[in-house]
Amino acid sequence: MIEIEGLWKEFAKGERRVLALQDISLSVAEREFVAILGPSGCGKSTLLNMVAGFDHPTRGTVRVAGEEIAAPSPRRAVVFQEPALFPWLSVMENVVFGPKTQRQPAVDYRPRAAQIIEQVGLRGFETSYPAELSGGMRQRVGIARVLIMQPQVLLMDEPFGSLDAQTRMLMQELLLRVWERHHQTVLFITHDIEEALLLADRVCVMTARPGRIKKSIDVGIPRPRAIEITTSPEFNALRGEVLALIREESEHAALALASH
Amino acid sequence: MLVALWHFAVDRRWVAAGIIPSPAQVLQSWYIWIFGSSKAMLSPYSGTWVDNVIYSTRRVLQGFGLAALVAIPLGLIIGWSRLAARLIDPTVQLLRPVPITAWLPFAIAVFGIYDASALFLIGLGAFYPIVVNTTHGVRDTNLLLLRAARMLGADTVTILAKVVFPSALPSIFTGLRLGIGVAWTAVIVAEMIAVKSGLGYVLWDAYYVGRMDICVATMFSVGLLGFLSDRVIVWAGRLVLRWRTLEAHA
Repeated sequence: MIEIEGLWKEFAKGERRVLALQDISLSVAEREFVAILGPSGCGKSTLLNMVAGFDHPTRGTVRVAGEEIAAPSPRRAVVFQEPALFPWLSVMENVVFGPKTQRQPAVDYRPRAAQIIEQVGLRGFETSYPAELSGGMRQRVGIARVLIMQPQVLLMDEPFGSLDAQTRMLMQELLLRVWERHHQTVLFITHDIEEALLLADRVCVMTARPGRIKKSIDVGIPRPRAIEITTSPEFNALRGEVLALIREESEHAALALASH
Repeated sequence: MLVALWHFAVDRRWVAAGIIPSPAQVLQSWYIWIFGSSKAMLSPYSGTWVDNVIYSTRRVLQGFGLAALVAIPLGLIIGWSRLAARLIDPTVQLLRPVPITAWLPFAIAVFGIYDASALFLIGLGAFYPIVVNTTHGVRDTNLLLLRAARMLGADTVTILAKVVFPSALPSIFTGLRLGIGVAWTAVIVAEMIAVKSGLGYVLWDAYYVGRMDICVATMFSVGLLGFLSDRVIVWAGRLVLRWRTLEAHA
C-alpha cells in the first residue's frame, strides 16, 4: 500500500545542508500496522510528512496505492501530535469537517459521524468545543475526524506523545479496539518502545540523524491485543531485542561524536 | 469629578467668562437641541439633534462598512499570498501615514461637497487598521491547522473561508474596533468641511456663531456615539468568538 524507495531528504540550514533521511526504503502492506520507532530528531516525522504530502523528498519516491504523492489528500489522513482541531468548531463540526468539505451529502456522513463518535467514546460531547475537553479527548476527536474519511492509509505522528501515562494507555487500548474494527493501513510514528510493540504488526527501528532504517522487527503477537500483553514473556523478549538495537545505536552515535 | 471641577472653574471665573459654558448650560442647551420643538425657532439648533446624529451615524456606518468590505478580503489576500503582499502591501504602507485631514482637499476636488467625499474619508480612515490587523491575523494562522485542513481535503478557497478567516477573526475584530474609532474622527473632520450636515457640521457652525454650549454638547454626543459603537463591536466580537473565551478559561 505504501512504497518508499531510496528516499533521501536534505534540509538547508542557513549555508549548511543537513541530511535528515538517508536512503529509506520501506513498504507497508495493505491493512498492515507499521510503527516507526526512533529517537527524537531522527527524521521520523519528516518521513511521515512526505507520505502525507506536506513535504517532498530530495531524492527517491513515495507511492501510495501505486500513485506518487504530490500533495496532501484525504486518502492519507494524518493524526498529529497536537490534536490540531479547529478551536471555533464543536466536536461534531470538527468530526464532519472532512466530509462536509468534500461536499458529501449530510444524510451520508451524519450517521457515520454518530457511530464513530460513539466508538471513540465521545458521546455526549458533540456540542462541546475543543477548549472544554481534556488532552486525551481532544486526540479522540483528532482520530474520529480522520476515521470518518475512510482513508486508504492512516498516518499517526506520535499521536499520544503529549498525553500523560494513564491517558496514553487508555488511548492505546482505544486505538487497538478501533483498529480491530476498521483494520486500516497504519504508519505510526513513536519514540516509545512499548507503544510500538503493543500496537504494530511490524516495528522499524530508525537510527539517529541522518535517519536510516536499522532493522525491521515482526511483532508476532496475536490479535486482538490488550494492554496486558506488555507483561508477557514474548513481549519482554521483543522489548529486549529493540532495546539492544537502540543501545548499539546510541553507542555508535557516541563514538561518532567522539571521533569528530 | 471632572464635571465638578468644570462647574467650579466656570462658577468662580477661573476661566474667561462667556467663553466656556457651565455644565448646567451645556445640559440645558443639549436638552433643547434634542427635545426642543423645531418649529419654535428660539434656537436654530432646537430639535435637530436626532437628525444630525442620524446623518453622522449613517455616514460612519456606510464608510466603515465599505472599509470593512474592502479591507477584510484584501487583508486575507495580502496575508495569504506572498505575491499579493509584494504587489499591494508597499502601496498600503506608503499611503497609511498620510493623515485623513491631508486627504480633505483631494476628496473635495474629486467628489465635491457631497456625501461621497465624507464616505471616502471615513472609509479610507477605517480601512488601514482593518487591513493591517487582518493581514496580521492571517499570518498568525497555525501551520498545523492549515495542514489538517489540507489533509481533510480542503482546497485553497475553503481553507481561506473555513480556517484562515475564523482564525484571523480575533485580529479582525481588533482592526474593526480601531477602525470605528478612526471613522468617528473622520466623520467629524469631513462634516466640518466637506458636507453641510451632521454633528461635525453643527460643531463648526456653532463655533462660528459663538455657541460654545452646543460645541461642548456635540463633543459629548460624538464621544457617546463612539463609545456605543465600540461596545457594539466588542459585544459582536464576544458573540462570534465564544470559543475564545472558553479557551481563556481552560
